[in-house]
Amino acid sequence: MAQRDASVQRKIGYSEKVIEHFTNPRNVGRLDDADVTAKVGSVACGDLIKLYLKIDERTERIEKITFESYGCAANIATSSMLTELAKGKTLEEARKITFKDIAEELGGLPKIKMHCAVLSKTGLDAAISKYYAMKGKTKIDDTLVKLLLKGVLDPITGVDIISGKTAESISVQDHEVTIGLRVEEGSKLAAELEGDIREAFEGLPVSIKILYKGEKGGQPSAA
Amino acid sequence: MVHRKPITIGEDALKVESKMIYLDNAETTAVDPEVAEIVLHYMVEKFGLPGGEFGHSLQEEATEAVEKAREVIAWKVGAEPSEIIFTSGATESNNLALKGVVQHPLYKRKKVLTSAIEHKSVLDTALNLRRLGYQVEVLPVDSEGFVKVSNLLSSLSGAGLVSIQHANQEIGTLQDIKVIGELCRERGVLFHTDAAQSFTKEEINVKALNIDLMSITSHLIHGPKGVGALYVREGIELQPLIEGDGRERGLRAGSQNVPAIVGFAEAVKRAKQEDAERMRKLRDRLINNLLQIEDSKLNGATGERRVCHNVNVTFKYVEGEALLLQAEMHGLVCNTGSACYSQRLEPSHVITAIGGTHEDAHGSMRLSLSKMTTQQEVDLAAEILAKVVNRLRSFSPLAKRRS
Repeated sequence: MAQRDASVQRKIGYSEKVIEHFTNPRNVGRLDDADVTAKVGSVACGDLIKLYLKIDERTERIEKITFESYGCAANIATSSMLTELAKGKTLEEARKITFKDIAEELGGLPKIKMHCAVLSKTGLDAAISKYYAMKGKTKIDDTLVKLLLKGVLDPITGVDIISGKTAESISVQDHEVTIGLRVEEGSKLAAELEGDIREAFEGLPVSIKILYKGEKGGQPSAA
Repeated sequence: MVHRKPITIGEDALKVESKMIYLDNAETTAVDPEVAEIVLHYMVEKFGLPGGEFGHSLQEEATEAVEKAREVIAWKVGAEPSEIIFTSGATESNNLALKGVVQHPLYKRKKVLTSAIEHKSVLDTALNLRRLGYQVEVLPVDSEGFVKVSNLLSSLSGAGLVSIQHANQEIGTLQDIKVIGELCRERGVLFHTDAAQSFTKEEINVKALNIDLMSITSHLIHGPKGVGALYVREGIELQPLIEGDGRERGLRAGSQNVPAIVGFAEAVKRAKQEDAERMRKLRDRLINNLLQIEDSKLNGATGERRVCHNVNVTFKYVEGEALLLQAEMHGLVCNTGSACYSQRLEPSHVITAIGGTHEDAHGSMRLSLSKMTTQQEVDLAAEILAKVVNRLRSFSPLAKRRS
């Protein structure tokens, strides 16, 4: 049996630890009493996670953290490891977890799968920032909006819409967030992105306005 | 059936016998042990290489073995032995067919037509020819993977070569090559077909089907890897890819892989029509069982329009690489069109060409049978997949809530 274990690793290029977390993922499923959730990634890319966090309001400690995954073995394993690393930490401590920490704790990741660790980390950052904004501790500003949009992937390129410049303008006024996309209105891509963007802001007291190619925004700032 | 132990995974392990269920026969097949014996014989004892007219006895022996093998392959497809060129496999045959025609000075019409779901060895070759300045048209396919005859007709004028596969490697769709062959022949356009997936499984007579060039391979029919052939109709000239010693009618230089060629022919001899019929029954049984799983759908056509050994089903809300790994842990080996599984991180070009979304490709699983596959194996395969699909769906954010 040990022999077969080894051959699976060799073929797929995953460490024993990745296979172990993939096989028996920790902290899976929905958390009904979650204080904040964050969904990052894209169905089209086959790389999507949703995190659920239960946070002690006084100590800001993560009491519970769970995840759901639509993705490959690396996606499942990195999410599993992320929840293990974040559990019991304060939000400030959890923020310091890097995608490299996740990969290292898993005994390394194939280079081609490193983006899975990045996505998990993006999800945690998004959840933490959303929590602060929901509690009124931070303002809903450009920085937060950009962070949340980093969790939205362009289904064609697999690159997030900030790095890939699919989102070309962002403006935040009071509780209205306006996002300009370099996408044709009414296209399939537009519908997919809009759905993902709205989900990224789920739970926040904001209204989202999306502008498409050719439409003029309020006072767009470079994204 | 390959005797290897599956990996067991904690309490979730399914109790299976210590055997691997191998359902990736569209990728490659196990060499028939008796074929392997013959191959070995030609490696260690009759190890000669075909020589000239006055060769020594080992050379003569090798010449005879290769020519006999050529006769077997020719007989199987209704060709003359002189029309069979041995190559290293279907990839080389496809390259030789496309580049060989287009780059030969005899042929003035250089436009190439092919389909969007061809094997990469045809598509990439065609796209490279386009980069070199040749006109290449990639024809779309319908939702089952069929090239529309009307599309072909409207593009045929001015074409020099049409390359359309027989059976598709991922979804098993069998093109109507009889109609395509006729249309091409009437208009004086050369017709090449990649028959790697259908060879010995479907009856093919190159004369009756008006085929000018046809690629076949050994490793998909329980023969050794590294050998295949290109049928080149009498009178067709090709620019060789590999030049040197004039072997294989000057179309493919280099020492022939004699043991593999002999093994290839032996594997062809052993392929029976009954095998295909049995596989077709098991295929339909497996498809039926897999479609019992909620939110699943068949990719490709049904019945006689699908090659007998191919099953391809998409399971929604789950990703193929994860499915594949979990299935293997339960002892089932199959394949997926998911981007995460491919080195290029691109979803299957076949699933997207039939109108599938990226999600359809990510959740697509290909299970391919061989003549060695048993009913017990396909039943167990469906059980294993049902189990792992449900397991992954239990924590997928896309899955329907059952509460």
